[in-house]
Amino acid sequence: MSMVRRPGVLRLAPALTVGILLLPIAAGLVGTLLPAFGYLPAIGGRTFNLDGWRRLADYPGFGTSVAITIGTGVLTSALAVILAFGCCASLHDRPWMRRLGAWVAPILSTPHSAIALGLAFLLAPSGWIARALSPWLTGWILPPDVATVGDPAGVALVLGLLLKEVPYLILMIVGALNQVQARAHLAIARALGYGPAEAWLKAILPQIYPQIRLPIYAVIAFSLSVVDVALILGPSNPPPLAVLAVRWFSDADIQFYFPAAAAAILLLLLVIGIIAAWRGFERCAMLVGRRWIARGGRGGIATTAATMATLLFGVTFALSVLAIAGMAVWSVADQWRFPDALPQAWSLANWMRRFDGLAGPAWVTVVVGALATGVALCLVLACLENESRGHRRPGAAALWILYVPLLVPQVAFLFGAQVLLVRMNLDGTLAAVVWAHLIFVLPYLFLSLADPWRAFDPRYAQTAASLGASRMRVFFAVKLPILLRPVLIAGAVAFAVSVGQYLATVFAGNGRVATLTTEAVTLAAGADRRVIGAYAVAQTLFPLIAYVGAVLLPALLFAHRRGLRGHQ
Amino acid sequence: MKQALLAPLHLASVRIDLAGRELIPPLTLDVEPGECATIMGPSGCGKSTLLAFISGTIDPVFRATGRVTIGARDITVLPPEHRHIGIQFQDDLLFPHLSVGDNLAFALPARVRGRSQRRARIEQALAEADLSGFADRDPATLSGGQRARVALMRTLLSEPHVLLLDEPFNKLDAQLRHDFRRFVFEHAADRGLPTLLVTHDATDAQAAGGRVIGLARP
Repeated sequence: MSMVRRPGVLRLAPALTVGILLLPIAAGLVGTLLPAFGYLPAIGGRTFNLDGWRRLADYPGFGTSVAITIGTGVLTSALAVILAFGCCASLHDRPWMRRLGAWVAPILSTPHSAIALGLAFLLAPSGWIARALSPWLTGWILPPDVATVGDPAGVALVLGLLLKEVPYLILMIVGALNQVQARAHLAIARALGYGPAEAWLKAILPQIYPQIRLPIYAVIAFSLSVVDVALILGPSNPPPLAVLAVRWFSDADIQFYFPAAAAAILLLLLVIGIIAAWRGFERCAMLVGRRWIARGGRGGIATTAATMATLLFGVTFALSVLAIAGMAVWSVADQWRFPDALPQAWSLANWMRRFDGLAGPAWVTVVVGALATGVALCLVLACLENESRGHRRPGAAALWILYVPLLVPQVAFLFGAQVLLVRMNLDGTLAAVVWAHLIFVLPYLFLSLADPWRAFDPRYAQTAASLGASRMRVFFAVKLPILLRPVLIAGAVAFAVSVGQYLATVFAGNGRVATLTTEAVTLAAGADRRVIGAYAVAQTLFPLIAYVGAVLLPALLFAHRRGLRGHQ
Repeated sequence: MKQALLAPLHLASVRIDLAGRELIPPLTLDVEPGECATIMGPSGCGKSTLLAFISGTIDPVFRATGRVTIGARDITVLPPEHRHIGIQFQDDLLFPHLSVGDNLAFALPARVRGRSQRRARIEQALAEADLSGFADRDPATLSGGQRARVALMRTLLSEPHVLLLDEPFNKLDAQLRHDFRRFVFEHAADRGLPTLLVTHDATDAQAAGGRVIGLARP
């Protein structure tokens, strides 16, 4: 055994990971920025000009499109934050709150588009809610002629986004709670005469806000720039900016690239502006909040408000469950006429018929997801192991780097990245799609694994080393087994993120790589609900299997190791 | 200084079980206003759990029976915020997001209105703790002894009817421990609060000067 330690390849891991995250985004942004100002030699744009912007501004629905984008984005973010805070404020002292993460995980792992498809069916004039109330309450024998999905104001879009964003924020809050002395501080605040919700809002929320700031910004950026949910639930004429940009990018007339790039850059500016405005709002809220706390008021409306928020969250939670259930019922419906609440006849024939069609995209989905997750897992483990070997812990800047892919609107860099892929002759390949997914899979994997990994008691590794184990052996024989559960769960999260990718798949795959998600979104436009149901169920099923596997596998392997539960 | 309710704390057959195992055997106890009774026992004997039961923050994994009354008022099933029971832990638990003054304002009842009047009450409390002029300081910049005194003043400003002390002297070194102990007992006696101390340290119990009830490891 050599006593000299070679400079490990591990040291390269952080730089490699940052490169994989930032280089394509930076290159993609440049590749979108140049055409926005007229420069794209491949299609004849050799001079800088403002034609793209002019054509964007001349689009008849331009003002409305911008207004919808800002309106739905800001409303979704504000409501998501209020519901998540209210829910945590009023439920924090319930014993099952500690397991809330396990409750919302299945919803979080379900792709946005699957939930949006299910919600579209719930809300539609011929949907489940209308069916449940007809004809006995409404008197409808035929579906009414109103637009409840794709309404011009974007209400359905806001609702569809809320179903996923609220559980996401709740999970982030629950994670942040572990970093502060929440229980003890709550006990003190209660002893000083504050009700549970007030105690939480005044004594805990200000402490954890800095840790959920970036997740909130990610919700803002996502709500403003989402494409797949907007295609399914949002208004289409005029659509939100992100959808408009994608529509023009994929127009047969390539001259539309220029206004499309301009729209994408405008969206980027909107995201930056609104996040900056939110930052300003945070400061005001902090000042007002200080006064509110210092007044010492007890028994105010906080409790009532938090209860209302919790009820609303309950409604959104129920809607997400019903949305998936509705898709499942459609997928096995034989005949289901309006206004029957359930199908007249059930059959598996639909699944048999769709099997061949589903198998291809399902296979691609699994392969891409597994490859992206595998690569990301290797990189993240290498980064974390490098960190725990004492090569300095990354600071706040590193956290911002991880969040870049979640803060920059996807359309703003994916188009430019696609141009890059075309030049390298890689567009439309599976490798390109895996690479594009990796950009989004990496941050989530890192964020979910970093905390448990850093909480690992270093004395285990020291003990193993003192017994003569090499660092390699310590890693594989001690750390990985002890941390198997968080590693697998982080992997399941990453896989779910990959399964849900729409825009990244469409752009990197150049429309030639079909996954369950891209197919489902395409079908949304008008296909048979039985077909949509089958795709949405398949979309839901794969991440769920990964998640259940991640929970069950360590439980089975270590069934007789009670001591391991403390680490997991 | 406003006088507290001046009613005794009464525990009637309080018994706490954990998973079918008796943690605290049935305990009946009266603590008179101005008295400081002590419950002594080794760590893990459930002393803190008993205080959590009295203050209403007991973890639901425990099964607790018996009644807690203050004077004629039965508080056994009241939510913690309506019990008027002040509690002091071994950590000062000052809220890190608030200044020293705002930590105290958090506790001061809202019926003390007007910024100047609230400020005056807070300054008065700080003066009592020998910390005049500390209102705008970040709690993190205070010494351990200073923080402990702020924490006690915070509890007292909320005008509790009973004071519970959950090993509050544990983390202080010998000299500080002596000083802070006197500070706490003087203030509690001054306000005529029924006070219940739990500790595993015999000198704490001696300093409290009241009855001592021993608890064994279950």
